[in-house]
Amino acid sequence: MGLFSKKNKEALNTPLLKENPVTVQVLGICSALAVTSKLEPAIVMGLSVTIIVAMANVIISLIRNTIPMRIRIIVQLVVVAALVTLVSEILKAFAYDVSVQLSVYIGLIITNCILMGRLEAFAMQNKPWPSFLDGIGNGVGYAMILVVVAFFRELFGSGTLFNYPVFEKLGLYEIGYINNGLMLLAPAAFFLIACVIWYQRAKDKSLQEK
Amino acid sequence: MKFLRNYLNKIKPNFEEGGKLKAFRSLFDGFETFLFVPNDTSKSGVNIHDAIDSKRIMSLVVIALMPAMLLGMYNIGLQNAIAAGTVATTGWFDMFVYGFLVMLPKIAVSYIVGLGIEFTVAQWKNEEIHEGFLVSGILIPMIVPVGCPLWILAIATAFAVIFAKEVFGGTGMNIVNVALIARAFIFFAYPSVISGESVWVATESVCGFGYDVVDGYTCATALQHVANGVAITGADASVTLSVSDMLFGFMPGSIGETSVVAIAIGAVILLFTGVASWKTMFSVFVGGIAMLFVFRDQLPADMPIWHHLLLGGFCFGAVFMATDPVTSARTEVGKYIYGFGIGAMTIIIRVLNPGYPEGMMLAILLMNVTAPFIDYCVVQSNVNARAKRVTKNK
Repeated sequence: MGLFSKKNKEALNTPLLKENPVTVQVLGICSALAVTSKLEPAIVMGLSVTIIVAMANVIISLIRNTIPMRIRIIVQLVVVAALVTLVSEILKAFAYDVSVQLSVYIGLIITNCILMGRLEAFAMQNKPWPSFLDGIGNGVGYAMILVVVAFFRELFGSGTLFNYPVFEKLGLYEIGYINNGLMLLAPAAFFLIACVIWYQRAKDKSLQEK
Repeated sequence: MKFLRNYLNKIKPNFEEGGKLKAFRSLFDGFETFLFVPNDTSKSGVNIHDAIDSKRIMSLVVIALMPAMLLGMYNIGLQNAIAAGTVATTGWFDMFVYGFLVMLPKIAVSYIVGLGIEFTVAQWKNEEIHEGFLVSGILIPMIVPVGCPLWILAIATAFAVIFAKEVFGGTGMNIVNVALIARAFIFFAYPSVISGESVWVATESVCGFGYDVVDGYTCATALQHVANGVAITGADASVTLSVSDMLFGFMPGSIGETSVVAIAIGAVILLFTGVASWKTMFSVFVGGIAMLFVFRDQLPADMPIWHHLLLGGFCFGAVFMATDPVTSARTEVGKYIYGFGIGAMTIIIRVLNPGYPEGMMLAILLMNVTAPFIDYCVVQSNVNARAKRVTKNK
């Protein structure tokens, strides 16, 4: 079996669109609402989740045959908690500002349904390499939606992109433009995610219920 | 009439399948059924034949809104003249024309955006064009301050029509009042154009009517004064507002909501034609009065508490918003509970939340969401009562 056999490619590809954790499985919505008012924290959050899902998937997959079935959730939790703590410390050391902005949400990755879902559904039954790809796929699928939502929220809510004042440079404020305050509130993320789901379902007929 | 019918029959084939103007079929259908009672009848079941349909109901509501709208237009001119200090030298007709000219673009924007979306959706889903926006389209400009920019009005209308109506399935399927969602959108997205003290008076002349007022002219609504602790009645009031001003609506506020008299005329039309339910209207006032008594110690002492019922959007909401047959409770007992909840919540928000001087919008939206639950409880309690009666008699 090659490194990128058909099955492995599937593990990487399906979570991006067809089985997207946010828009199709509707997991990880809480953090998608919380961290997407600006692009920078959204990207860092997406990256952190991607790394943690991938690493946790690999570790669990490696020890999957030695985990007693009855305590598997606890074992998974310990692995995830260790990784989350690691990422959180690294962020504090090298990207302090962003880690302050993300505050508790990095720590709360541990409760992100995507993680436990992938560990239970995939890593427990598959070899390390496909598990790694599956983790990357799910993490990127999650990060993708976060970035799309954060792009619109930051652009229309604050008029900036990566804190660069786009609308000010375009001179929109002088002709009477006002930033949309709703975009900075969590409900706006709901509306935007709904729009993304709407678009995706309109494109992909197989996702539509009968 | 005959001539119109013949003309419509003549151009009809163009809009049918294979015709040149097929893209405008829903528009043609809309106009045809607006002018003539539709010809098709139900194929099954027992039906009552009546000329009243949702188009006629909507038209009646629009007619009922007219007095409030006309007085609102006059009030725009009046407030502008007061701001410019030229009340004595300006005729009432000039004030009205100015208000009309200020108001016209708002109505146009609301209708063009809203009907544009309705038309697109109807054409896309191959349905008849829905008439629901006839009322929403005129309500939206009436419940915003005169200083609200047109582009914001357009965005809010689009948002409300798409997210409060079309995603739920179009006219008659919406859970919350569409016009109020447009207002709520502005309220949360652009708070600076719907609250504060600089948006209630039109400050620019239009086509030679009205006056240019100095920049930074501010004028708070009566409820904002109340929320800020400024006395509006009594001997030592800094801003005087007589009861007749409150009744006729000669005070700053959202365009259609200020005049109690005009709203009362609308209410009579609605009740006389049976479009709105008196139970809802009545219980909104009962709820408001009950809460005013509960909070009478926390209200400003120098203002008679019943003034609260005349100020802000209380009357307008009670008559035109709460009675919306789609979003209000359907059961007869439910209507009392629903109305009472709106009146009570409005006063609670006004008194207890210093950030929101007016609570009518949020109260109605809250009760809109609760209405299905109220109906469920009413129906279920009836079912339980009857079940009990059956088992007792056995």
